[in-house]
Amino acid sequence: MSRIAEVFAKLKREGKKGFIPFIVAGHPDLETTVELLVELANSGASVIELGVPFSDPMADGPVIQLASERALQHGFGLKAVLEAAAKARQRTNIPIVLFSYYNPLMQYGVVNVIRDAKEAGIDGVLVTDLTLEESDEFANALRAKELDLIFLVAPTSTDVRLQAITLKATGFIYAVSRAGVTGEQANVSAAAENLVSRVRKCSDLPVAVGFGISTAEQVAKTWTYADAAVVGSAIVAEIERCAGAPDIVQRVGNFARALGSYLGK
Amino acid sequence: MVIRNSQPDEGGHWGPYGGRFVPETLVAPLEELTSAYLAAHDDDNFQSEFAALLADYSGRPTPLFHAKRLTEYAGGAQIYLKREDLSHTGSHKINNALGQILLARRMGKSRVIAETGAGQHGVATATVCALFGLDCVVYMGTEDMRRQALNVFRMELLGAGVQEVNAGSRTLKDAINEALRDWVTNVSDTYYLLGSALGPHPYPLMVREFQSVIGREARAQVLSQTERLPDLLIACVGGGSNSIGLFHPFLNDRVRMIGVEAGGRGNNLGQHAARFNQVGGGRPGVLQGTLSYVLQDQGGQIAPTHSVSAGLDYPSIGPEHAFLHDSGRVEYVSASDAAALEAFQTLSKLEGIIPALESAHAVAHAIKVAREMSCDESIIINLSGRGDKDIDTVGRLRLGTNQ
Repeated sequence: MSRIAEVFAKLKREGKKGFIPFIVAGHPDLETTVELLVELANSGASVIELGVPFSDPMADGPVIQLASERALQHGFGLKAVLEAAAKARQRTNIPIVLFSYYNPLMQYGVVNVIRDAKEAGIDGVLVTDLTLEESDEFANALRAKELDLIFLVAPTSTDVRLQAITLKATGFIYAVSRAGVTGEQANVSAAAENLVSRVRKCSDLPVAVGFGISTAEQVAKTWTYADAAVVGSAIVAEIERCAGAPDIVQRVGNFARALGSYLGK
Repeated sequence: MVIRNSQPDEGGHWGPYGGRFVPETLVAPLEELTSAYLAAHDDDNFQSEFAALLADYSGRPTPLFHAKRLTEYAGGAQIYLKREDLSHTGSHKINNALGQILLARRMGKSRVIAETGAGQHGVATATVCALFGLDCVVYMGTEDMRRQALNVFRMELLGAGVQEVNAGSRTLKDAINEALRDWVTNVSDTYYLLGSALGPHPYPLMVREFQSVIGREARAQVLSQTERLPDLLIACVGGGSNSIGLFHPFLNDRVRMIGVEAGGRGNNLGQHAARFNQVGGGRPGVLQGTLSYVLQDQGGQIAPTHSVSAGLDYPSIGPEHAFLHDSGRVEYVSASDAAALEAFQTLSKLEGIIPALESAHAVAHAIKVAREMSCDESIIINLSGRGDKDIDTVGRLRLGTNQ
């Protein structure tokens, strides 16, 4: 059983729900990223999504665009991102999902990147712009290294597609709450609940919901119908606010704890 | 070499290139678009409505003009100009805009978005939206808005909202990112009218088909004027829509073809937009929905580009071009900013035709190769657009060199 599957199995046994924060590697810098991974693991996170910065993040809103731009100014590559993950891995057992656009992975080489990700202690990979139809090579390489392949599903996904995607997915399914780019929303779309119930009809995999979740109330609301809530832009915005502060790690940890404050209740 | 069939597979792949690399939210809308397009393609009513608009609204067929003074100046092959600059709105972009707006109407979409680099596609989209009374938003990088100010004014006059894009290099690539973000957010009522043979399937196929009217006309016109096929076709290549439109109907013929990329001001990454350059060029990668040659750094971050012409200033290229490049069927070269500026003035003075700076790249290379050919051979240049929009840029640059 993969580390991701174990975490979800444990949550289920204990009647709990998962909290999945997203951060951008290298934002504000890679040393802080290592500390944030460890701190978030100790602040109630069940799984952490580690974003690989990309120059053209077409699925992301302004907050993650800015964070990616700042990270890229350091000039590091994917190898350094994996090294940061490996450092954090020595200090925590939390599952880490590499979250990336396809081009940086493709240029590193599909087989090489998965080999190095495995060695760094990465547990799964989610590729924003790799559709089911284009994913054969990547999926096979992941399977060979026993890493999980996390797929996005969206309110626009047809039932036929949900069937096909859930057949190929492992670890968990990431349900996008609404049509749109990443970013905070005043209200989490009702479409999310409907999508989760459609996914449940064709798969037993845990379902996490993300896009637009930014408050503890929204996290708790999501837990009423999904197995986990993903919080991205709100945490990245907090990191941006704290950038340069000596207590950034602690403050982001507190912010995450507050978001997951209904944890276990 | 003759290519019998340059048709993509069902997933929109030409060999390893093309396909659909998008967030899941866009997959179902792209499938819906593909079905609607394929149905329209086989529908006689759609085709006759499209043909009527091309004729009565846009003024097709555009002439094939024997440029005798340019021919004499180059001193070799006979040079013919396919006059897309005479199309309504001043460039070939109107062909695709008309085709896709009919599709948007069939699909019941009420809002249209587009990206634009030089502004020619934005103007064409604003025009067809005015014609059919649809809401229109055009995304444009602020750098391009500065250098193509005339087209910004035209779009606004036509009733479109021009949305400025301040991200990245503030050019075409960044405008496409913003248009994609808008589409993914408003996908239920919005039609994305993509302007080049780029992006996820079915756009590269669909745009090529709507632009192929250029090559079909040119083929018939050259046969009627010279009683033989041309020896060489030349077109500039940004995303690649005017070039694929001219080339495609000739792919089965023994006709040589050259695509001219933007050589900019040097061979280093960041100084040009020549994806196929041997030195400092691109390699296969994924950008904005498709797998093709991409100018990028070692780590797969997309590289900045430069060209004097906004319409060629893009780090990737249509996937069918990548396929035609690898197969050797089409040759790709580049022309520098300086060569394009010189050709801009040469064509203006010799033929009384002011070309778009994009098209001037094709003219520059044509003059060069015509010299090496004999006077009983012939070349067709796709004069993809007119140069009114570039007068200010050229004026500024000429002033710069005189100082």
